[in-house]
Amino acid sequence: MDKLKQLHKTLVNNKFINYTVVFFIFIILFLLINSGVINRYLSNLIIMILIMIVMATSLNIATGFLGQLHLGHAAFMGIGAYTAGIIGIALQDVIASDLLLFLVATFGAMITAGFAGFLVGTPALRLRGDYLGIMTLGFGEIVRTVITNLKSITNGAQGLSGIPRIMTFPIAFWTTVIVVTLIFLFMNSRHGRAIISIREDEIASESVGINITRYKLLGFILASMFAGVGGSMFAFKESFLAPISFNFIKSVEIFVIVVLGGMGSLSGSIIAAIVLVFLPEYLRDFNQYRYLLYSSVLIIIMLYRPQGLMGTKEINFIKIKTWIKSKYTKVFLKGSD
Amino acid sequence: MLKVTNLHVHYGAIHAIKGVNFNVSEGEIVTLIGSNGAGKTTILKTISQLLEQTEGKVLFLGENMKQYAPHEIVHLGVSHVPEGRHVFPDLSVLENLEMGAYHRKDIKNIKKDFEEVFKNFPRLEERKNQQAGTLSGGEQQMLAMGRALMGHPKILLLDEPSMGLAPILVDQIFKIIDKINKTGTTILLVEQNANRALHVSDKGYVLETGKIIAQGSAKELLNNKKVKEAYLSA
Repeated sequence: MDKLKQLHKTLVNNKFINYTVVFFIFIILFLLINSGVINRYLSNLIIMILIMIVMATSLNIATGFLGQLHLGHAAFMGIGAYTAGIIGIALQDVIASDLLLFLVATFGAMITAGFAGFLVGTPALRLRGDYLGIMTLGFGEIVRTVITNLKSITNGAQGLSGIPRIMTFPIAFWTTVIVVTLIFLFMNSRHGRAIISIREDEIASESVGINITRYKLLGFILASMFAGVGGSMFAFKESFLAPISFNFIKSVEIFVIVVLGGMGSLSGSIIAAIVLVFLPEYLRDFNQYRYLLYSSVLIIIMLYRPQGLMGTKEINFIKIKTWIKSKYTKVFLKGSD
Repeated sequence: MLKVTNLHVHYGAIHAIKGVNFNVSEGEIVTLIGSNGAGKTTILKTISQLLEQTEGKVLFLGENMKQYAPHEIVHLGVSHVPEGRHVFPDLSVLENLEMGAYHRKDIKNIKKDFEEVFKNFPRLEERKNQQAGTLSGGEQQMLAMGRALMGHPKILLLDEPSMGLAPILVDQIFKIIDKINKTGTTILLVEQNANRALHVSDKGYVLETGKIIAQGSAKELLNNKKVKEAYLSA
């Protein structure tokens, strides 16, 4: 019982510290953007990073925690983006508040993307490993082709334009925080445990009474729903959508972030998303050579850290705090000697 | 407690189990012995509904098992320890054991079962924070059994618990099987190591290519000439 109380205490304490840090990051970035120290180009890049964080953490549910090779994540982002875009265009005169408009559109995006996840998930559950990878890849291409050819709704290859550009840094930031928190809480719940155990060993999971079909489907649907959120953020940031934005390359880009950050680590996905969005931008000076460097970084990390930057671990600010404390007390003790 | 009547199982066109009948009463250890491919594992998998029977009945406490999905079987009180251990390699020993109690809601009793498992497997307590994948083969087997016990089963289905283990560990595993049984868990054991298995069992059935060719109390089977020649000669 004492142990439980202690655990509870550290957990509460823990979250408090983590949220304080998140809040501080927000304040600092917000002030920098508002005062103009961070220019528009950079603040746009930061929003792009936030979108990629949402995409990577949501893919992490299916790939990292559930352990399924999923190569069509951009398609769900596309479904979400187009849904949100169409809702946004239709309701922009009805709903005055930007935030409310975004919330309504995002809700719609989650439903359509989640439903698409359900449709793909049902047959996909019979497949394993590379076969599932090929199937999801094929699905991604189908979605892209359908969007291109549904001219009456999506305006085809010319792209959907006129979506209100309402994505601001605060909205993007807090949406990302909420998505990551929800995924984190889910993964640390009883259902998350079931999903992780399926990755570890399906036969053993079944033998302890886990409904494999249900949890695989649930994981798939959740991943798709949050991909819809990422799509919605993307739609309101770009204000213009073209089917080409959600092609196979985009799926691979998201997949690389997850693998690089560590399959099953949300903080890993966050770090990798920051690195992999910034890196190509900052290497623009090197022209085409930047892709060489980009690939080299991937190869080197996979050679020396095949489990990804973070493995399955998470960053915890309380650990950092205790680490700093122990350092300081050591210094202090030495000083008093 | 467990009653299997006229069980037939097919793998596609292959008729693997050809009308098997047997009985497990409460508190017993019953062994199915037989050589490779006799159908021992198939029978266990059919009981826990991982495979579908084509004919016959599996009754557990009077209920037909056919109506349940594999993950529901454990709710009825049947825990299957699959062949080849199948622990969760990246989870710690403690987390593995917790997963065993996944379907339970009686938190107080779970704590008791933890203590019980650690009493039976002191080795697991020593290594409770270690990743299960880094355990030795014997320890993994203990963990798989411990995890099954965390489900507080009425009957434990053990598939070749001695497979690939050093003789000393085999001794230990069989001692533990005996101990678990004494605390009130019925056990259905599948083994190639017929000699050892029969020594802890009450009853035994000998399988050959999907049929039962001999049955009786463990003592009878140990003295049965045919069985001796075929399975106990070593």
